Amino acid sequence: MTSHSVLKTSAEISLSRQFGEAVGDLPGSVAVRDLREAAFAQFARIGLPHRRIEAWKYTDLKARVAEAAPLAHRAGATALAEIAARPRDVDGAIRLYVVDGHFHPEISDLAGLPDGLSVTSLAAGLDAGRADVLAILAGLDIAKEDAALALNTAFMRDGVVLDVADGAEISTPVEIVHVVTPSHAVSVHSRGIVILGSGSKLGLIERFVAGDAGHQRSDVLQVVVGDGAELEHVAVKSDDPAALAISTLTASIGSNARLASFGLASSGDLSRRQFFIRFDGDHSTLDLSGAVLLKDRMHADTTLIVEHVGLACESRELYRHVIDGEASGVFQGKVIVRPGAQKTDGRMASNALLLSGEAEMANKPELEIFADDVACGHGATCGAIDEMPVFYLMSRGLPRPEAEALLIRSFVGEVVDRVGNGVLAAAEQSLREGLDAAIDVWLAGRALALPHGSPAKGKA
Amino acid sequence: MLSISNLHARIADEGREILKGLSLDVNPGEVHAIMGPNGAGKSTLAYILAGKDDYEVTDGEVRLDGDDLLGLEPNERAARGLFLAFQYPVEIPGVANMTFLKTAVNAQRKARGETEISTPDFLRLVREKASLLKIGQEMLRRAVNVGFSGGEKKRNDILQMAVLQPKICILDESDSGLDIDALRIVADGVNALRSPERAFIIITHYQRLLDYIKPDFVHVLSGGRIARSGGPELALELEAKGYADFNEAAA
Ligand SMILES: Nc1ncnc2c1ncn2[C@@H]1O[C@H](COP(=O)(O)OP(=O)(O)OP(=O)(O)O)[C@@H](O)[C@H]1O
Ligand SMILES: [Mg+2]
Repeated sequence: MTSHSVLKTSAEISLSRQFGEAVGDLPGSVAVRDLREAAFAQFARIGLPHRRIEAWKYTDLKARVAEAAPLAHRAGATALAEIAARPRDVDGAIRLYVVDGHFHPEISDLAGLPDGLSVTSLAAGLDAGRADVLAILAGLDIAKEDAALALNTAFMRDGVVLDVADGAEISTPVEIVHVVTPSHAVSVHSRGIVILGSGSKLGLIERFVAGDAGHQRSDVLQVVVGDGAELEHVAVKSDDPAALAISTLTASIGSNARLASFGLASSGDLSRRQFFIRFDGDHSTLDLSGAVLLKDRMHADTTLIVEHVGLACESRELYRHVIDGEASGVFQGKVIVRPGAQKTDGRMASNALLLSGEAEMANKPELEIFADDVACGHGATCGAIDEMPVFYLMSRGLPRPEAEALLIRSFVGEVVDRVGNGVLAAAEQSLREGLDAAIDVWLAGRALALPHGSPAKGKA
Repeated sequence: MLSISNLHARIADEGREILKGLSLDVNPGEVHAIMGPNGAGKSTLAYILAGKDDYEVTDGEVRLDGDDLLGLEPNERAARGLFLAFQYPVEIPGVANMTFLKTAVNAQRKARGETEISTPDFLRLVREKASLLKIGQEMLRRAVNVGFSGGEKKRNDILQMAVLQPKICILDESDSGLDIDALRIVADGVNALRSPERAFIIITHYQRLLDYIKPDFVHVLSGGRIARSGGPELALELEAKGYADFNEAAA
């Protein structure tokens, strides 16, 4: 390791030591090892992203992350047996477990996979030096600068690789459950890859579950959507009180293809979901949406870059943040339209509901348009809950917390409505029920925290 | 049952006094009509009774069945049987009318220590009241008041009133914006609810509604108080003469 003076904080110094110790053990061919070294060197040049790095302006990891937790080990048999016995959230889904960053085929549903779907471990792909996997790992230009992604590339241990054959329409949803088991803080770096052959279809659910031992989690999902292919992805982060969680989705989309990704986040101290998406082909659609519910001192950051290269593609981004307590939310969205990407149709919106005087939201939508025949727009709103509807509901008998809960549910309902509009249609009901239940848990926690009734302003 | 005495109230934000010593007693079974010029404070009175917190009561009191009303939250007032049909009913996107009605019924029952209504009983109740008000299934399925026409919103508020069965009903211009048939329907809906235990305060600008819903008393709200009270004939007199006399009185 070249010792760069940039790595100064305690967390950065630990990461450097961890990398030195772990790199020999991490899976992968020589080419992968080179990739890891290069990625770590890239990280070492800037260190943990901080507020002077534009893309991380509102989420200063250098300042916020005091120490790097030790790398997680492979989970033991008892922990795995306990996980395997847990009830299922989506009946009939093909369930795959990534526990403490390792894919565990022995407790996953690998028997009788549908034709055209192959499930392998990333570690195996790295060891075999799979050329297509290496090409995907090399990544998109728009993601090249990102330090969190580079760090994941340096440390990535394992994950799931899903290959969907040309023309295969996988009607059973695949559910990847990411679990962190230790009762002490660990860090987990996992990576998944999804390759959809032309004309194929897949519905993918990711669920993140962890205890509150102060874990640090970085997960990356890299998707290639082939021509005419369709992926509907739903990520649920409602039971993951990690101290730090960074989720990255990268995707390149072919022609006449469709990608939809919805995320619910309602737990975790410091979390970031980032998206790097590129339309390579023509006439494709992207639908990114999410609901983020924050309270106490939580901080959540949604940052996305969508790059239109192909012709006549349609991108839609809709994010709704509900922020209570002293929590803070961030939405940064950048849509880039390259010179050849005529007839691009892009709409981005971020709406935030601030439930307390201390709640904060930073919105930064950006358009960079280099083509002349495009229709792009963005809108960002941020405000308190409307008193008039609250009064109307209260005047019909609803106590204030219930009235507000109804309005909050309806506010996030408009994004939750986007779930199940694609390949996951068959799982729509159980997904919705799960999401609604997670939202209700968040709301119930909030109602408990509220003082009974509310101060009646100006009553004699 | 409702007793308003010497009520003084101002707008909390700007301090302008709107009600200046208003008194009114409403007994079970009675129908009181309140008329008065635009901006006189009729809606303000209705909002203060329902518990909207934009207003500050500086003097006087309001009692419902002997209890102090002004210290209660809007939902507590509703649970005790006070209902306001809004001059401008509010849209609640994403909440189906039917779900809303059931939530409201159960919230009030819970506050009164009663058990939840059973689904069949609830459906029967809504079906009966909705058919009286000519409200179809389609409107019940839609989000509360969203995309409803002005008249539909008014009818929807009356439906809520019919389902919630309050004992003191305040109607703030429930007739304005209604076509001739809808006016009849709303009036029939109100008349169907009239009973010896239930009282009404009907705020209106037009004598026409009072042809259908016969009031026991007519009051003129002007200058921040009840400037004059009389029987149904007062409404006819106002219809003929307007508020000129009162404006002078107030000035
Ligand atoms: N929340 C408020 N903020 C500011 N001004 C208000 C508020 N509520 C009422 N007012 C003012 O108080 C006065 C009385 O209004 P109110 O709505 O009670 O009149 P009204 O008698 O109902 O009139 P209309 O017949 O036009 O419905 C008006 O001048 C109005 O502008
Ligand atoms: Mg009015």
